[in-house]
Amino acid sequence: MSRRNAFIAINRFGLGARPGELNRIAGDPRGWLENQITATAAPREFQNLPPASESAKAFFRSRRQGVKAIRRAYKTYLRKRYFDEINSRALAHIRSQTPFAERMVAFWGNHFTVSAKRFFISPMAGAYEREAIRPHIFGRFEDMLLAAVRHPAMLLYLDNAGSVGPNSIAGRIIKRGLNENLAREILELHTLGVGGGYSQNDVTEFARILTGWSVGGIGKRQKLTGVFNYVGFAHEPGSKTLLGKRYTEAGEAEGTAALKALARHPSTARFLATKLARHFIADDPPKDAIRHLERRFLATDGDLAEVAKTLIRLAPTWREPLAKVKTGYEYAISIFRALGVDRQPRKGYLPILFALGHVPFTAPSPKGWPDRAGDWIAPESLMRRIELARAMSTRLPRRINPGRFVESTIAPIAGVDTRRLVARAPSTDEAMALLFSSPEFQRR
Amino acid sequence: MPTRRDMLKAMAAAGIGTLAPVGALMAKASTDSRLVVVVLRGGLDGLSVVPPTGERDYYRARPNIAVPKPGARRGALDLGGGFGLHPGLAPLLPLYRELSLLPIQAVGLQARTRSHFDAQDILENGTSRPRGAHDGWLNRSLAAIGGSGRLGLSVGHGVPLIIRGPAPIRTWEPSFLPRADTGFLDRLAVLYQGDPLFAKALKAARISALAGPDGMGRSAKRAAPGNAGKVLARAMGKLLVQEAGPRIAVIEVGGWDTHVAQAGTLGQLLPKLAEGLMTLKEALGPVWDRTAIVAVSEFGRTVAENGGRGTDHGTAGMVLLLGGAVAGGRVAGRWPGLSKRALFEDRDLMPTTDIRSVFKGILRDHFEISEARLEDRIFPGSRKAPAMAGLIRKG
Repeated sequence: MSRRNAFIAINRFGLGARPGELNRIAGDPRGWLENQITATAAPREFQNLPPASESAKAFFRSRRQGVKAIRRAYKTYLRKRYFDEINSRALAHIRSQTPFAERMVAFWGNHFTVSAKRFFISPMAGAYEREAIRPHIFGRFEDMLLAAVRHPAMLLYLDNAGSVGPNSIAGRIIKRGLNENLAREILELHTLGVGGGYSQNDVTEFARILTGWSVGGIGKRQKLTGVFNYVGFAHEPGSKTLLGKRYTEAGEAEGTAALKALARHPSTARFLATKLARHFIADDPPKDAIRHLERRFLATDGDLAEVAKTLIRLAPTWREPLAKVKTGYEYAISIFRALGVDRQPRKGYLPILFALGHVPFTAPSPKGWPDRAGDWIAPESLMRRIELARAMSTRLPRRINPGRFVESTIAPIAGVDTRRLVARAPSTDEAMALLFSSPEFQRR
Repeated sequence: MPTRRDMLKAMAAAGIGTLAPVGALMAKASTDSRLVVVVLRGGLDGLSVVPPTGERDYYRARPNIAVPKPGARRGALDLGGGFGLHPGLAPLLPLYRELSLLPIQAVGLQARTRSHFDAQDILENGTSRPRGAHDGWLNRSLAAIGGSGRLGLSVGHGVPLIIRGPAPIRTWEPSFLPRADTGFLDRLAVLYQGDPLFAKALKAARISALAGPDGMGRSAKRAAPGNAGKVLARAMGKLLVQEAGPRIAVIEVGGWDTHVAQAGTLGQLLPKLAEGLMTLKEALGPVWDRTAIVAVSEFGRTVAENGGRGTDHGTAGMVLLLGGAVAGGRVAGRWPGLSKRALFEDRDLMPTTDIRSVFKGILRDHFEISEARLEDRIFPGSRKAPAMAGLIRKG
């Protein structure tokens, strides 16, 4: 039983077993997870990566010189910065001794998606995750919400940086107006959820509240800082009403107050509890589990450490070891972890992640990556996983023992057929490919 | 230990291996018609694709981003009747003259939502509400067009909801990875026996791989970003042209959520879309005459421009129908106008046609699916959205 629970801890809540890890934590799988619920320093792989402000400044600086300069900046160094971010993150995840914490970073980073589908986000998306998400995964949701919304990557990705109150000084002079993109997605995707009880009027009012929340240097004559900058003369004057609550004119503080109210709204608790349960328990999670998470969130004012503890103590999370499917990224990382290969491939991790349809920070929309089995296992996406497993296996040393890798990865739950097929495979490399292609290895 | 007999049984179950290699991929349809659905994700601005260049209100609402009148620099291409075509879609203009291009204006979902994700869900599941069905209306249509084999096709990495469901489909995606060998895949099929999700996906992928589009190779290099749409379109055309090939196909194209700098973004995206559509036309060759392509998005955008020279989420949008089977050469749909009184909630184009009416009109006249079946099975509860007449050329 404890090895089975170790399998669940390592896969459902982690990034797959490294050699020896299953046995090492089998004594106390839940304790292993609990010990990760604490503030930890960012992995050393990130040490030499620049802050988002550097990339925002580089973007603004080149933009002031025209379209050609932007293209040049991305071609010469900003694209490389993006590749460095992806490779460092993959390597950190392959080596990680605290994979539950890393999964939480990825979960919340996905919840507050910024995507390189808008090219200018690409060099700053990794830094965004480090700066706005990582420090708060076991802190308070309210702090994470504020950090994410105030971050230059989010303000640029969802267009709030250029939103202007039509009756503000700036609005009257340059005749520009609101952009409701960020306001809508905060309500729909980050807090209340689409059925959470807001109207078009709330979206517009919230957009008014958020006017002036911008990034230093986006305007040509502004000081180039690349960090959050409140522009008072773009802020829509007057009082606003969001979800029936009146916010009297208070400049930047209106947005802060509104976000704090949203962070502790019951719809937010319900929405986040559902997403967490869907990600860690099942595509259609038991209502009970959702209710427990929701209650804990409300009772602790959104203390995410407490919510995480509740999550790993819920009985249903330890029931079906293979209820979920690994995402494309989780799948790739877990193969490298299983092999204990800590050196970056010659071409980096990008080609592999591209083939699996899951390059980090390229979510198709602000909603982030989908989270159901059918979204990850379709005919072509499955065939790419199989081809990858096969291709990687042929490059392994001939003398390795596949049976040992079965033991160190899926043994606690491996089906009889899987064990036999791997054992009977005509070659070592085919045995390894069968292991990595098996449902037991692809599920979590 | 699985015996040879078990293996053979599993292979037979997967429809591959030594038993029936070719028969498995032959589709036999009772129709010669082809339908392609292009899902444009993000909320395409119909007022830029087919701008109402005859309306003063249009230019008043969009001082910076309206498509200029025909004749002006970068102006719309005149379609007559007060409408134009975005200059980025110039390659499609000859189709309009050949009566094979049919824009339909002011089309919307029955449900009013400005959420991308709810709207896309409704657009694809074919009911009147989000999560109203777990399969898509294109998959339900596959069961209705008659025939056997895999009559549906999805190109790209995943399979969009619109064609997910019980009816089996084929898929295609370029891959730079070496193809896995048959013996290995046979053993995997045995391994997947107890897991329907994996078993079904592997079977579909293997059958699809048996008859990939000719001459497309395995290289994904040509499918590099910026070129991916063309590669997918060509593959789709090559598969659809086969007599024993699929009849209904779907492709997704993202990037239409133009909250800022809309004119510039569409100026880049629309020529790509036109290029993809013309690539598809070329690959369809002789089958073009029997093809209807419908490009749809989850909603339109606000009539007025916003603070960032873009537009926000709106309600009614535009549907683009094209193909040799289409009765085009005009702008269809009842145009509600853009005066303040005519707008939905004072901001959006008022929907005058339910999007299901468009889909039902195509399915009825292109595939001869009865209206009763359309109402009961494919678009349940859509009685108030009758099939739109005159979209498909007669005879």
